[in-house]
Amino acid sequence: MSEMISFANEATKLLHWIIDFVLNLAVNFGVPQLINAGVFYGIAGVVIMMAYGVVLFRNIVHSALCLTASFIALGCMYIFLSADFLGAVEIMVYGGAVAIIIVMGIMLIRREDMSHSNPGRGVVAHIAAGVVSALFFISMAAAVIMSPFGAPAEYKLSDSVTGLADLMLTKYIVPFEVAAILLLMAMVGAIIVAKGREADEA
Amino acid sequence: MPQIFPKFYPQNLVTMAVDFIEQILLYIFGNQFVVDCIFKFMGIGAILGVISLAAMLFTYEERKVCAFMQKRIGPNRVGPYGLLQSMADTLKLMTKEDIIPLGCDRVVWALAPMLLFAPSALIYAFYTFDDGVVLADVNIGLFLLLAISSQAVLPFLMGGYASNSKYALIGGMRTVAQMISYEAPMAFSLLGVVMITGSMNIGDIVKMQGELPWFVFLQPIAFIIYIICATAETNRTPFDLVEDESEIVAGPFTEYSGMRWALFFMAEYANLLSVSIIATTLFLGGWQGPILPAPVWFWGKVLVMVFLFMWFRWTFPRTRVDQLLEFSWKVLLPLALVNLLLTGIGMYSVKEFFASF
Repeated sequence: MSEMISFANEATKLLHWIIDFVLNLAVNFGVPQLINAGVFYGIAGVVIMMAYGVVLFRNIVHSALCLTASFIALGCMYIFLSADFLGAVEIMVYGGAVAIIIVMGIMLIRREDMSHSNPGRGVVAHIAAGVVSALFFISMAAAVIMSPFGAPAEYKLSDSVTGLADLMLTKYIVPFEVAAILLLMAMVGAIIVAKGREADEA
Repeated sequence: MPQIFPKFYPQNLVTMAVDFIEQILLYIFGNQFVVDCIFKFMGIGAILGVISLAAMLFTYEERKVCAFMQKRIGPNRVGPYGLLQSMADTLKLMTKEDIIPLGCDRVVWALAPMLLFAPSALIYAFYTFDDGVVLADVNIGLFLLLAISSQAVLPFLMGGYASNSKYALIGGMRTVAQMISYEAPMAFSLLGVVMITGSMNIGDIVKMQGELPWFVFLQPIAFIIYIICATAETNRTPFDLVEDESEIVAGPFTEYSGMRWALFFMAEYANLLSVSIIATTLFLGGWQGPILPAPVWFWGKVLVMVFLFMWFRWTFPRTRVDQLLEFSWKVLLPLALVNLLLTGIGMYSVKEFFASF
């Protein structure tokens, strides 16, 4: 009996040594940083591939589904970069909204065969799209380059909700309210557009 | 040899068991990091186990409750009192032929049931089953929970569109209309609880109900709105327009068979359990309660909520589509907003009252 216990002790010691050795080796070779970078580039890859899918798929429903996947991956990216509230907003608002886009797509197109519902529009349209994308890319790149990045060394993002709420209801109250009024106007406009025909006929 | 046997706390049976297992694993592996990794996987396994068990239990329970309401006996052939009925159903579903409808959109069609099950299972990570027993203790847990569960709309539509069947497509369209219009009042009704607690962490919300009375007493309107919206979100009668047998066969899952169909049902019962868990944690005090250990209280309350939803299902007749949408936008949403206003006024006046001393 005592031999068995001592054997078990030796075995666990060996196991502890192996685990410690492997973990130390992993840390020395920078595996944690590698995993971090892998997650980042993995999510970024999904976002970009899905965005390409939106443009390249011939079926408009597939395009819309790719758009959702892209948005959800972007939300995961926000969460990975510890902006968890923004990530949740991205997933909730955009993921939900895209379902409506698909319904609109199916209802507005009304085709028997959905496999060619998202066709290309010829050379002019391609050039115009290229110019718009280039302009958008340049402006975004300028914004990224010009804005100062990097939080202070001791800065810790403990609770992004409270911080966001404080800023929105004190410093940025005017833009917040303006955005609210804009959304209200859009909603009223949508209702008028949806109901307008009936009112004219009546 | 380390201290393996922890102290005995009769109130925290789960915590005690977890401590015990952790000590044993720590003795074997001797490294906290490895033990934590193993624990995460064990947690995921436990959650999947809870969902599968719930699916098997609830199919049986639903039939028995239905039979009881309709003065029948219900399943009584397989095993004592028909207890093995769901086991037999599982075997039947696994051996069924996997029929792929002609002209369907293969990839989207195959992805729909899996993607439907994913968000239903994911949100279990945020539930506190006991004091500190939670897989992912997130600061904005409640909001993230709403965000993830709102992703359940799209797979229904995917299944409906890809099946190449008019009934499935109509069902998918109805899902979008119904689930999106009931999400808004549901979120607003939960905001009242968040206002009182001042936190979106689900653990904090439960602990707050130890100091204050249960939120079902402080937020009765929100509780009722939540129950109605949860019935609609889980597509159960009186709001089961999505899978309406007498109108559109089975809605988005008309064309599915075998295990794919079983996944839809797993997701449905996972959702039923999860709305009951949310109702319990946010309004009924979660795992808290006198004398009995916490798991008994928690699962007792959850099962009472599940029974309530089943009771609804077999009591009320189905509504019409226009009534359903009108009820959401013209009754529930304004009521939820009024509830928020009343909560704000109440909190302000209570604060002023205590400040006056």
